[in-house]
Amino acid sequence: MSMRQMELEVMRYDPEQDDEPHFQSYSVPCEDDWAILDALNYVKENIDTTLAYRWSCHMMVCGSCGMMVNGEPSLTCKTFIRDLPDKVRIEPLENFPIERDLVVVLDDVMEKLRMAKPFIIRHDEPPPEDQEYTQSRAALYKFKQYTMCVNCMCCYAACPQYALDSSFIGPAVLALAHRYNIDSRDQGKSERLDLLADHDGVWECSFVGACSEVCPKSVDPAAAVQQMKIDGAKEWWKQKLGGGKS
Amino acid sequence: MEKITADVVIVGAGGAGLRAAIAIAESDPDLDVALISKVYPMRSHTCAAEGGAAGVKGADDSLENHFHDTVSGGDWLCDQEVVEYFVNQAPRELVQLEHWGCPWSREDDGSVAVRPFGGMKKKRTWYAADKSGFHILHTLFQTSLQFPTIKRFDEYFALELLHKNGKCRGVVAMEMRSGRFFSFQSSVVIMATGGGGQCFPFTTNGAIKTGDGMAMAYRAGVPLKDMEFVQYHPTGLPGTGILLTEGCRGEGGILVNKDGRRYLQDYGMGPETPVGEPVLKTMELGPRDRLSQAFWHEQKKGNTVETPWGDCVLLDMRHLGEKKINERLPLVRELASSYVGHDPVTDPVPVRPVIHFMMGGIDSNLNGETPMPGLFAIGETACSGLHGANRLGSNSLTDLLVSGRRSAERAAEYARKAGEIPEDPAMTAQSEDVVTAIRELLQQSGGGESIAGIRREMKSTLEEGAGIYRDEEGTLKACEKIAELRGRYGKIEVHDKSNVFNTDLQQALELRNLLDIAETVAEASLERRESRGAHQRLDHVERDDEHFLKHSLAYRQPDGRPRIDWLDVTITRSKPGVRDYSGGKSE
Ligand SMILES: Cc1cc2nc3c(=O)[nH]c(=O)nc-3n(C[C@H](O)[C@H](O)[C@H](O)COP(=O)(O)OP(=O)(O)OC[C@H]3O[C@@H](n4cnc5c(N)ncnc54)[C@H](O)[C@@H]3O)c2cc1C
Repeated sequence: MSMRQMELEVMRYDPEQDDEPHFQSYSVPCEDDWAILDALNYVKENIDTTLAYRWSCHMMVCGSCGMMVNGEPSLTCKTFIRDLPDKVRIEPLENFPIERDLVVVLDDVMEKLRMAKPFIIRHDEPPPEDQEYTQSRAALYKFKQYTMCVNCMCCYAACPQYALDSSFIGPAVLALAHRYNIDSRDQGKSERLDLLADHDGVWECSFVGACSEVCPKSVDPAAAVQQMKIDGAKEWWKQKLGGGKS
Repeated sequence: MEKITADVVIVGAGGAGLRAAIAIAESDPDLDVALISKVYPMRSHTCAAEGGAAGVKGADDSLENHFHDTVSGGDWLCDQEVVEYFVNQAPRELVQLEHWGCPWSREDDGSVAVRPFGGMKKKRTWYAADKSGFHILHTLFQTSLQFPTIKRFDEYFALELLHKNGKCRGVVAMEMRSGRFFSFQSSVVIMATGGGGQCFPFTTNGAIKTGDGMAMAYRAGVPLKDMEFVQYHPTGLPGTGILLTEGCRGEGGILVNKDGRRYLQDYGMGPETPVGEPVLKTMELGPRDRLSQAFWHEQKKGNTVETPWGDCVLLDMRHLGEKKINERLPLVRELASSYVGHDPVTDPVPVRPVIHFMMGGIDSNLNGETPMPGLFAIGETACSGLHGANRLGSNSLTDLLVSGRRSAERAAEYARKAGEIPEDPAMTAQSEDVVTAIRELLQQSGGGESIAGIRREMKSTLEEGAGIYRDEEGTLKACEKIAELRGRYGKIEVHDKSNVFNTDLQQALELRNLLDIAETVAEASLERRESRGAHQRLDHVERDDEHFLKHSLAYRQPDGRPRIDWLDVTITRSKPGVRDYSGGKSE
């Protein structure tokens, strides 16, 4: 396996010492098949143990290692150096406060996850405890792609609306709410409506689709938002005309 | 230091911890639960599980079958009353997940689909494509959000247990964001901190799997059980150690050596079965210990394939076709293509055995109770006696659910009986001591040892001394070496002095935990002078029921070294017999 010398320009920030974030450069001998995360781990083990970043699974599912790589929100365990120039700039995810170095504060989105009511809500009794719901494959595939979100928050870093106004609920959470809305086992759509259709919800999305473009798991939050707008409008009219909850 | 009281403290928010938290919240809204995790819950390593969760489903299978597969798969080191309870509860728990919205894969008729898995006689592994653990974890996490009594402490690193007069009284933890310390005081702690595969160099386990809970319990005087049993998974991607699920073989993938021979038939798992028509419990669907051992022999014989990442065998899935691979194994395709540049649709994929799962852990029982009253342990960090000497794939995810719920019932009862948590200066003092030790660690300098250096040496020591095959000399050497490393640990330096998200300090603390458990792995491997399941000794090649039909218990001695003791195995209805993976051909 051949080696390649890469220069990583990494954003550093320790709130106890620094007034402002700054860049620090590391020269890293990389193996051809490495991802950016491997290069960061090399730095941490061999050059500078003080560098702070989140990571765990190194297999694209835990969602910890979202960062900006040359300005693109990326999951660094699946961003390969073979696709990058010799000099790479690594920064914390945009649109979030920086906690330390490449670690961002996620409180806002973690709280919004709860607001989406991302669990099965039933008005009718569920089946007995030894009996499953029947769900056709077609019904499963309808919502399946929205279950793939790893909460890496790359879509928030890409979202122009969230950048303008962080009260906007944002792509991953809206997609998650939609995922439950269209699951054949769920009956909670109307309970999610109030939150999602109000001023911070779907209506704020300006539909540039940046969220779907950057998603490392090929989830399409933009499509979810679009669908919810249609649903929301229908529901709104229904409630207006029918004078009650559906 | 800030004090936080809770009726129940759960350390770990992976599948096991979340399941327990939900069970407590559902059953008794008067109990408040503090759920502590060093990462956000959905980052927990349960997310990495691919293949699925076992539970009897369908008329052609029976609880009896699942019981026998598990017990023989575990080479009769399983506690049979635990297995019995587990197989009984498994289907109910898997249906419960379905009701909570888990996107299980489906059959044509809309019922939940099951797939074949290694060592299982019938199809009974429930799956959500090849991201089963991911979906289980997210379903549990999202479901947990509806319960106000579950108070989460995300990115809090638990350091040490609090205990008094032999009873558990809480845990001390550090908030990563601020570096502040918190004394969580409670009469009940449920340890759900997962495994510790990171003490080996080549593993499917994520960076966070550092055996923290096991080490905390061990240092508090609770024994670690069966630590010599460490499972190698036969199909890891070389280089990274990323797992290619057993589902690859369940769907029909085959293993071949450099000559294209399906070599498993040469190791008691034949005769050969038709390509693409997997037969349960034989050839590629034999148990993991046997498959990994077969690799070792092939390598010795020079039958493996050389790759840039070392010796491998080939996992060939081409005959499954693109459609099936995309539908059932999409993650596998993505991982193999991205990390080793082999698309399973067009190429055989190089693989080799990789450290995967610890059968051992905190000594616990069917209820999750440990020898320390008030301390419970569940999931991979625990050893309830379910998996014995070799876990069957897909039994572990189900165990998270079954042991999570069961321990929650018992823990809730214990908490109600214990009542209010009294103000106790002794607990505050104990907490202060923990903090003082960490402040000292932060200040020490000039010793000349590095965290990464000691970690590397520890990992290679275990691989050499306590790998797929072991012997007296090698394990002895490993014990000595790890004791030496534990001494040298006193001379490391933490360069990062910040209070904010100090991962240098975190890695130092994790290394300490890893060293503690690594030593128990080596010591128990030395003392078990027989071969059983995942523990194979070149100098004691037979199973020896007369002397070793027993669990090992590792106790920490005052000088820090482990002492090994033995505990009888509970046998109810299956007497130790022969493990047969010839597909019934030898019956
Ligand atoms: C790649 C892979 C694939 C697998 N596939 C399967 C499969 O198909 N079927 C199957 O049955 N099993 C499978 N397994 C095994 C199974 O996934 C694990 O055994 C199981 O998920 C462990 O769950 P857990 O809840 O015990 O721990 P984890 O999910 O590892 O969670 C541990 C929790 O403890 C917390 N924690 C740890 N230390 C601390 C600390 N010091 N302070 C605070 N919190 C802490 C962590 O933050 C985390 O929340 C697989 C394992 C791997 C690695």
